[in-house]
Amino acid sequence: MPAGTPGVHRVSTGPALGLRTFLCAAAAVLLMLVDQRTTLTEKPRAVLMTLVYPIQEAVAVPAQLLDWSDDATRTRAELARENNRLKRERLLADARLQQLNAIRAENDRLRDMLDARPRVGASVRVAQILEVDTDPFRHRVVINKGSNDGVFERQAIIDANGVVGQVLRAGPVSATVLLISDPGHAVQVEVVRNGLRTVAFGSGDYDQLEIRFLPNNADIEVGDLLVTTSLSGDYPAGYPVAEVVAVEQQPRQAFARVTASPAAALTRMREVLLLAPTAVPQPAAAETEEATDDGGT
Amino acid sequence: MAGPRDRAWVGPVALIFALGLSAQPLPGWLAPARPDWVALVLIYLGIHTPQRLVLVQAVMAGLLLDALQGTPLGQHVLALVVCCYLPLKLHLRLMLVPIWQTMLLTAVFTAIYQFVMFWINGATGNDIGAAFYLWPLASNAIVWPLLLTLLDRARLGRRSSD
Repeated sequence: MPAGTPGVHRVSTGPALGLRTFLCAAAAVLLMLVDQRTTLTEKPRAVLMTLVYPIQEAVAVPAQLLDWSDDATRTRAELARENNRLKRERLLADARLQQLNAIRAENDRLRDMLDARPRVGASVRVAQILEVDTDPFRHRVVINKGSNDGVFERQAIIDANGVVGQVLRAGPVSATVLLISDPGHAVQVEVVRNGLRTVAFGSGDYDQLEIRFLPNNADIEVGDLLVTTSLSGDYPAGYPVAEVVAVEQQPRQAFARVTASPAAALTRMREVLLLAPTAVPQPAAAETEEATDDGGT
Repeated sequence: MAGPRDRAWVGPVALIFALGLSAQPLPGWLAPARPDWVALVLIYLGIHTPQRLVLVQAVMAGLLLDALQGTPLGQHVLALVVCCYLPLKLHLRLMLVPIWQTMLLTAVFTAIYQFVMFWINGATGNDIGAAFYLWPLASNAIVWPLLLTLLDRARLGRRSSD
């Protein structure tokens, strides 16, 4: 195939190629070390994340088209049914919210009497998940909001049902989110029933978290709800994380085998909420306003 | 000598497409066997257009792939650069080898790529188990003839694809 070898004589394949490869490889290793040990690479990474964002958007187009065609081909009856269902759910949620307001007021009063600090409120923003695969063995997703929208590293992410994860890296227009089911993720939780504190580790399985290091006689049962605590670091306290699905005592081992299933719908979510801590506690009305503000995006 | 028949833009464009394919969602059972598209394109470029600064293209593609996958900056750069070395070094001989043999050689070249990835994942504490690195080698060999035909067509035009 002579056509494939134009200019072949200008190519040096001797030690020069080896040297060039070595220099590139050495530069890559150096870059990795700098990236792992310092924060110098934050800016360049932000630039790179912006550069690849069009690729991610383009990749997400087929999934969006599918969504769109799904919406466009619904029948009137289906829409009416869905509308009815949503109205019912809304009524129930409203009823619960009324109670919540009263309880919140009561709670504030009680905390006042105890001289406790008021709970930190949080405002939320909606972000969309881009239908983009990263690594099949890492549980990460890409969202369409970045530092330009106020997203910051380690920001907590929730969905309607519970904690989703936290921002791993924030680029200007997009961000990578580490899910709670990632093997590299752990979060401090407490059992709602009795306040028992423990740590929920990601298992690498989307519908499973592992509660390690609980002794065999620990007071934990199937069905216990695990929520974030004030010691959860990047997560505000009180958000549901998972529900215990199996407790297996292991007489010969030091610890019991406890597994829980995440409260958030990690594989089915389209939109997530970004929690931004605010210094002053906010009344419920302000939170819902902020949420609806962004809901259209 | 790089006449009008050898289109220079094909390399970068193919790399951008390969980056997109690396981010394309796949069904769960297929995801572990996703071909290493970027590495494959670079192997092709190394064999067929060694005069076009393939190492520079490898560094660029590696940086973008790192940003795309959220890996430590430099991980894919190192793996791709190392993976390109043999195809560049042996490109004259590799062009004479029949396709079915290049399929096997592709698996070998990408095995080097996967080994570097495995090594860095281990060193940075992201180990995922060695067996998972083997699936892409098979899929790489399978998609290689397709990629070869497509890129030859794109680069040289219809006439010389025989």
